[in-house]
Amino acid sequence: MLLIPCPYCGKRNECEFIYGGPVGAKRPDPNAVNDAEWVEYLTVTPNPQGPVQEKWWHARGCGEWLVIWRDTRTHDIMEAPDDAT
Amino acid sequence: MQKYSVLSLARNAFSGHRNWSPAWRSPPLKNRYDVVVIGAGGHGLATAYYLAKEFGITDVAVLERGWLGGGNIARNTVTIRSNYMRDESIPFYVKSVAMFEGLTHELNFNMMHSKRTMVDVVQTWPKLRELRRRQLVMDIYGSTYEQITSEELRRRIPALTGGGPDARLPVICGMVHTDAGVNRHDAVAWGYARAADARGVEIHQQTAVQSLLRSRHGTIEGVETNRGTIRANKVVVAVSGHTTTLTETAGLKLPLRTMNLTAFVSEPVQPLVDVIVNCPDSGFYFSQSDKGEMVIGGAPDMGQSFRRDIKQHVFEDTVTAMLSLFPSFKKLKLMRQWGGHLDISHDASPIMDQTDIAGLFVTAGWWGGYKAIPAGGLTLAHLVAKGEPHPLMASFTMDRFRHLDFVMEAGTTTAR
Repeated sequence: MLLIPCPYCGKRNECEFIYGGPVGAKRPDPNAVNDAEWVEYLTVTPNPQGPVQEKWWHARGCGEWLVIWRDTRTHDIMEAPDDAT
Repeated sequence: MQKYSVLSLARNAFSGHRNWSPAWRSPPLKNRYDVVVIGAGGHGLATAYYLAKEFGITDVAVLERGWLGGGNIARNTVTIRSNYMRDESIPFYVKSVAMFEGLTHELNFNMMHSKRTMVDVVQTWPKLRELRRRQLVMDIYGSTYEQITSEELRRRIPALTGGGPDARLPVICGMVHTDAGVNRHDAVAWGYARAADARGVEIHQQTAVQSLLRSRHGTIEGVETNRGTIRANKVVVAVSGHTTTLTETAGLKLPLRTMNLTAFVSEPVQPLVDVIVNCPDSGFYFSQSDKGEMVIGGAPDMGQSFRRDIKQHVFEDTVTAMLSLFPSFKKLKLMRQWGGHLDISHDASPIMDQTDIAGLFVTAGWWGGYKAIPAGGLTLAHLVAKGEPHPLMASFTMDRFRHLDFVMEAGTTTAR
């Protein structure tokens, strides 16, 4: 079980949150990339054995959206929002 | 291959079971093969078997990091079914279910196949609409789905005592998929391994592939393992959750994310439920094994994961949902739990294709890949041998991403 650091509520149980998906690449200018690069932007997300950046929604809490770095091997949260306690 | 039969059993019983020949060899590792298959799981072994049997390619090595059949083929709930949603998917799984039913005979290995029917417990009207839509598509391709009343449902599953009119989600009706069954996962791995070995395929356990090797021209050249370099012009990656870990060593990105899906097992009890029960609205499914254990599964962990454990709240959510429909299961003691990491593709359908790196083939994105082992192995072997996709799997190549022509299957599995 994760203890996810919410900037308003502090460390809260994972079951209060809804997973918001991985943080993907920055949206490129569609006119500046070719089709292959556009498809890669749409479908490919990093899948490392290590830290991933992801969004979580404190839906059953204060409603805040936040971004954390979490290690996919250990579930350790490496980096939390700046003002999280 | 020593044929297994009543006679061979009797003969070996009289000699004290000391003279059984090994089911497969442990040959020395060569430094070159025609085809290297990475991963001695269901898909890897089946691909090697059909390469040898259907296409006469026998200079094949299956490399396995751990032990044969110890990955996701040992970490699932052995459900074999074909109630999918899309025109592309259903014929593929219908073929796979049919192949599974003939596998005991084909491989001369008892699969303990039990075609016991799967019953969906429907608790919301949107789910019923979705399942009836699936029923209409499945009718076209020869799969079976049939609606039954809640009275009939409770008659067939007496343990289903929850979900009454006062429940938050009252049971509306059931949907019956008579093609579904379960079998013995070890037998599938061992049967394919033994039959492939008999046709000349080499299986090398404790041989971890560390990276893929590319030639100067960019094509695949072989693999680097903990036992040295092995060269091959065709390499098949059949490693489930570790697909991207391997392909990234060759600089190839794939639209896959690795997630953890868990299951757990109760103590054995008297025969109680003779079908596979799936409760999509509550979010759990179970069947009773031949030993009497309840084999129970729920939803995957949220977020990517390379861990093979179970999270407490995933476990609690699954048990809570189960007890709302099957309150008598409260008395069950749980014995074991496990997780497996699977890779899910962008549209929740599998990917079987030759990649941008010539000679490098992947079979990945198998969410519920156990049921797909025979057809997946056969069609991938076709692709590797002939260089063009088998008609049954032509929709599952990478082309669908290039054309944004997805085969969306989220919802027909536990994927979310």
